[in-house]
Amino acid sequence: MRTAAAALDLVRPKSVEQALRAMADDPSLVPIAGCTDVFVGLNAGTFPGTRFLDLWPLEELREIGIRNGAIAIGALATHAMIQESAAVTSRIPILAAACREIGGIQIQNRGTLGGNVANGSPAGDTLPVLAVADAVVVLRSASGERRVPFNAFFTGYRTTVRRPDELIVAFELPPIVDVQWFRKVGTRAAQAISKVVMAVVGGERPRIAVGSVGPTVIRCTKTEAAIAGGATFDEASHILEAEVQPIDDIRSTASYRRRVCGNLLRRFGADTGR
Amino acid sequence: MRLRVNGRDWEVDAPPMARLLDVLRVQCELPGTKEGCGEGECGACTVLVDGEPVCSCLVPVAHADGAEVTTIEGLGGDHRLQRAFAEHGAAQCGICTPGMIMAALALPSSPSLDDVRVALAGNICRCTGYHAIYRAILRA
Repeated sequence: MRTAAAALDLVRPKSVEQALRAMADDPSLVPIAGCTDVFVGLNAGTFPGTRFLDLWPLEELREIGIRNGAIAIGALATHAMIQESAAVTSRIPILAAACREIGGIQIQNRGTLGGNVANGSPAGDTLPVLAVADAVVVLRSASGERRVPFNAFFTGYRTTVRRPDELIVAFELPPIVDVQWFRKVGTRAAQAISKVVMAVVGGERPRIAVGSVGPTVIRCTKTEAAIAGGATFDEASHILEAEVQPIDDIRSTASYRRRVCGNLLRRFGADTGR
Repeated sequence: MRLRVNGRDWEVDAPPMARLLDVLRVQCELPGTKEGCGEGECGACTVLVDGEPVCSCLVPVAHADGAEVTTIEGLGGDHRLQRAFAEHGAAQCGICTPGMIMAALALPSSPSLDDVRVALAGNICRCTGYHAIYRAILRA
């Protein structure tokens, strides 16, 4: 049962400042951008919101650039834009790789990085990349701006530290010197939602994050510490299998997901000669 | 809202959150764009907005305000892709065909098979299979 469009309000601000004022005045407003998640819920009649704030035309939130040595990616940068950005492909190719795995071209042309994070699905393909990149989420409200480490952004299943009057405006990703690795496992190569999605940044103490195996993306700090302490990748894979918290659901089973997590970490070791 | 659809200007009186798909099919009377899944999985509703393929079931009409929209009707019936689909038997039930052709339009000239597979990764066919479709696009 599709939601009747006539019952839905859309506030159309001309600037980010206008958008932030609208959010301060009316916390029930749901910010929208590419709509690739919101309209799935509206079309199914399951989306609870009825008042929306249109961010899509706000070009200033779409910029990708370098700021204080970090790559700054506007929340409205689409998955297609991120793949085409030389700054992204030269500095953090695993983010471009993750964006390439999201839906088809049609979704990549509309879906945004900010939307992938704000939607908060544990299966969001860019989330493990932002986690291992030690990204910073830039939140802005009418009363100011604050920066939250991405790894402290999610508090549980689809819940975050973002206040209702705050907007995700950008992500800042510091430089990465070590090897980067990304792998998504789904039912088919295209148009699949992840069963397991993993990103790794190598080094003495690697950074490992996995999606679709818990209420939100998980930074696997026990496994990271074990490798830093001299564990082999085979030993670390067993630790990882115990550290993740998958469930049985429509896409896969908990036991399959644990096994795949271990295998992916071994694959990272093999691919990078460790 | 003002849309330019297949080269013609439309003054559209619709709620801003109406789906572009419905506005095209009902108000503009262009039923060539099909609804399949309604959730961005199948690509049957693909149209071009400012030259980029999008799923029109996921686009509020407000996001096409002032934009150039191209639907399958905009190709006129004798486009090289339309001829190739007919010549190579690249359609069976035909529901996916307009979306496949609109997605293929965004390909560069002389695409590789891999280019075609990637460009059509968001389009699902449940009867013909993909080989005839790929063949049609490669030879169009």
